Amino acid sequence: MILYLMCFFLFLVGVYGAITKRDLIKIILAIGIMGYSVNLFLVLLAYRTGALAPILEKGFNVPMVDPIPQALVLTSIVIELGVTALMAALAIRIYQKYDTFDITKIRRLQG
Amino acid sequence: MPVDVWLYFILGFMIIGSIASLEIKNILSSIITIGVVGLGLSLAFLFLGAPDLALVQFVFEILCVIILIRAFAKRSIEVRALRRDVPETIIAIVILASIFVLSIFAFKDLPSFGKPIVRVAERYLAQAGVETGSQNIVTSVILNYRIYDTLGEVTVLFTAILGTFTILRKTGRKKRHAE
Amino acid sequence: MQNNFPNEGMSVIVKTITRFTVWLIFLYGLYIVLHGHLSPGGGFAGGVIIALSYVHLTLAYGKNFVLARVDKFAMNSLESIAAILFVLTGIVGLYVVGNFLANFMGIGKLYTLISAGYIPMLNIFICVKVGMGLYLVFYYLASFKPQEG
Repeated sequence: MILYLMCFFLFLVGVYGAITKRDLIKIILAIGIMGYSVNLFLVLLAYRTGALAPILEKGFNVPMVDPIPQALVLTSIVIELGVTALMAALAIRIYQKYDTFDITKIRRLQG
Repeated sequence: MPVDVWLYFILGFMIIGSIASLEIKNILSSIITIGVVGLGLSLAFLFLGAPDLALVQFVFEILCVIILIRAFAKRSIEVRALRRDVPETIIAIVILASIFVLSIFAFKDLPSFGKPIVRVAERYLAQAGVETGSQNIVTSVILNYRIYDTLGEVTVLFTAILGTFTILRKTGRKKRHAE
Repeated sequence: MQNNFPNEGMSVIVKTITRFTVWLIFLYGLYIVLHGHLSPGGGFAGGVIIALSYVHLTLAYGKNFVLARVDKFAMNSLESIAAILFVLTGIVGLYVVGNFLANFMGIGKLYTLISAGYIPMLNIFICVKVGMGLYLVFYYLASFKPQEG
């Protein structure tokens, strides 16, 4: 259980960064940290003690870990990179328009 | 050493690394530190019996760091000193700490580490070689059993890349016609 | 190869080393893709490794060196064509077997390179799509000049 708690703590570090930082780049990095912790949590749930990677070998019949969360996390990692690139592009355009990455100075984005 | 001990070490390393990357003033150091955290995650996947994920995480982390450095480093390499609101930060830390304490009760009900309760995996592990002919079971899950997921993923990635191109396009479509 | 842009990119040492390493990285990416159903890896990892080999070339030699050899429009088209071929594979499965994206090629012999039906083919499509798309994202993000607007 301590491993799960540490993983959740990593998620909370990401949330802390996303809600208290004023720098757009820091916010992008904080969202990345949240993504890491969710991926790690899914794979932690799938682990079985003493099991090996899910790759068949001729003549061996050993216990293997659960492959389904691994497939889901593979999907998630790829999408995360695309989303990071999209956020970086948006941040660059915002910088070009307002000359700053400070979100409190970007007046027109505030509601 | 058992896997748990290694994972405590790697997770503690990742937590320290992410706090450092959020608090460092220099943006270049911050991006490089986030790359180190990602490589730690890749190492954790390797210990958890997921070499596919370790490879993918490693490679994507490298590309992510290169993209972020090329995108941001030229624009904001100087050390920035943004003013910070001390009361808001304290309120945020208190609320997050209370969420963390409450989450202990929620995590008690989960199965303990190393004893998963998922049942469908046993059928995949027993039948995947016969049904799909693929030696790597993760590949047979993402490209045969759950290929609709992969189709959706390719669509999402395509949309994200198209969005990046559209945002960074030099001239709008209307202006180009007017010329 | 003749370099028409000798003043761009990094120093001579980096360029000389790049000439040896970039082919190895590209070959490793191809290996990861083609053995995706036998060993860890697959289309996503291999595609990104191939994109990284182009990124390596771009960082060492400058972007004009790469653009003189590989057309940007061709990369864009390859990416879209790979996505279309992925869906066409599904439609062929719909006609032959009866389900969308069903395996219509048989499964072959386990533990050999030519096996697992359509999985290697789909790995190649995904590799082309992911590799070209992510290299273009890198190119656009790196070469964006704010004052051109």
